[in-house]
Amino acid sequence: MMKQEVNRNTPSVQELIAEKKQKNNLSKMLEKIMPKVLLITAILSILTTLGILFTLLIETFTFFERVNMKEFLTSKSWYPFSEPGTFGIMPLVSGTLKVTIIAGIVAVPIGLASAIFLSEYASDRTRRIIKPILEVLAGIPTIVYGLFALTFITPLLRSIIPSLEMFNALSPGIVIGIMITPMIASLSEDAMSAVPRSMREGALAMGSTKFEVAIKVVLPAAVSGIVSSIVLALSRAIGETMIVAVAGGSTPNLSFNVTESIQTMTAYIVQVSQGDAGYGTTIYYSIYAVGFTLFLFTFLMNLLAQYISRRFREEY
Amino acid sequence: MKLINHSNVIKKMKPRLMKNVIMRGLFFSATLFGLVILGILFYRVLTQGIGYLDFQFLTSLPSRKPENAGVYTALIGTVWLMAVVAPVSLLIGVGTAIYLEEYASKNKFTNFIQINISNLAGVPSIVFGLLGLTLFVRAMSLGTSVLAAGLTMSLLVLPIIIVAAQEAIRSVPSELREASLGMGATKWQTIVRVVMPAAIPGILTGGILALSRAIGETAPLVVLGLPLFLAFLPRTVFDMFTVLPMQIYNWTGRPQEEFQSLAAAGIIVLLVLLILMNSIAVLIRNKFQKRY
Repeated sequence: MMKQEVNRNTPSVQELIAEKKQKNNLSKMLEKIMPKVLLITAILSILTTLGILFTLLIETFTFFERVNMKEFLTSKSWYPFSEPGTFGIMPLVSGTLKVTIIAGIVAVPIGLASAIFLSEYASDRTRRIIKPILEVLAGIPTIVYGLFALTFITPLLRSIIPSLEMFNALSPGIVIGIMITPMIASLSEDAMSAVPRSMREGALAMGSTKFEVAIKVVLPAAVSGIVSSIVLALSRAIGETMIVAVAGGSTPNLSFNVTESIQTMTAYIVQVSQGDAGYGTTIYYSIYAVGFTLFLFTFLMNLLAQYISRRFREEY
Repeated sequence: MKLINHSNVIKKMKPRLMKNVIMRGLFFSATLFGLVILGILFYRVLTQGIGYLDFQFLTSLPSRKPENAGVYTALIGTVWLMAVVAPVSLLIGVGTAIYLEEYASKNKFTNFIQINISNLAGVPSIVFGLLGLTLFVRAMSLGTSVLAAGLTMSLLVLPIIIVAAQEAIRSVPSELREASLGMGATKWQTIVRVVMPAAIPGILTGGILALSRAIGETAPLVVLGLPLFLAFLPRTVFDMFTVLPMQIYNWTGRPQEEFQSLAAAGIIVLLVLLILMNSIAVLIRNKFQKRY
């Protein structure tokens, strides 16, 4: 009786070996399969880029079968909803550029000044408090900024500039500027902090004031990082959607007037997506042509930013 | 011989110091500007929306009458979206990071993947919407379902997770790996039992930040064609749904003042959700920071 019990509970050595072998086989399999599985996940990110390129290219191609490419690039009017519609991208591009330039005018000086303050003047403690708060500013959903532009900045501006329309380029431009300021401040601050301390101390020892050190030593040394942060931030501004869709209006026109209603490339895509433009219509394909133009703009700016930060980097 | 003209230096010193003080003030006020704007933004949203914010607002369906309207369907929709985005983006993102950090050799192909990821991070979110519209909504005919939106959002936040996970894995000291390998563990065992547990706080922090980006994003979902107004809840991932930002966008677009206050109330709900998620991320970061 006793003996049987023992026999049942302890497997024979042979069984143990077989079991171990099985386990080993399994882990050997895992060892072989996992790198391949992981490689596939890594390739997914490339497939995403290819997917974006292909969908944009194919649908844009269909669009150009119906609309002359010359008209798209040179015509100065964008009236897709009239019969027959005209599709000239220039008014949309001008709307986008107006908003981006305003955003740049707001964000570049403020962002740079904050970066200089944080990296050159602020104590460690102040920096540790302020930087996360700026990051909160960067993490706020853009729809929140959209409502802020529409219900706060626009009325505020209208009390100063009475001729300002309800929807305009100025208000979303300023708010996008506010949105990208933390990005410029944070990335530029990183670039400035990377400048070695010895260079600052050398300049200070020669009798420079802190301001002179910041402008004449730190800024030139960090210029590649600063410029690339600005280019990246502006490319963000170009692709920004909800703020301009909410507060920018939907009147594409080619002008330099910032007080009137505009339409950006992104806002046009939103307008069409919300409407009932059926699948297969020219208007449906037009959002891909506009999206492709937008993609090209931001892609080139991102490449430029990478080029600047690599090409003009000062090595210490 | 006098090398320095002392009187000249003294004469010039004062304006230089003055300039330093003035510029310091300017730089400081520029930094304050961001904080002030943040303050105004929160104050505005709170005063605008607090009047509509009550339990009934959280549990009511959207309605044509502002006093009856609520965010119930949108709030549940956001939870559904998170339920798809979190596993999908974490699996793909962490997988990619492990491959790049642990397996890949430094060659042109790896370099290309790396550059591709940083470029992907710079693609405007609305372009991801166009990809999702063609690929998930039309080609796979998923419609404006939870799954289609979730997959689109997963691709959008993928670069954030990959970069965070890579940094977390890179910061695990190589002594730990070598010790594990030296004890006879295989590479995969080392990754699963040594590297991953050490890297998990960093990965989770990045994951939460990515997730909070996903639930605040509106543009790609508008392009996918998510309804702005929905009076029923999704039952499976193949059902139609809507999310908080879409509901807020819907209210923002109405001309009546009441609806803009409703939008502000919706924003408060969204911001509370985001703040909660970010605090969890900060907690995780603080709890597990620098163990090595």
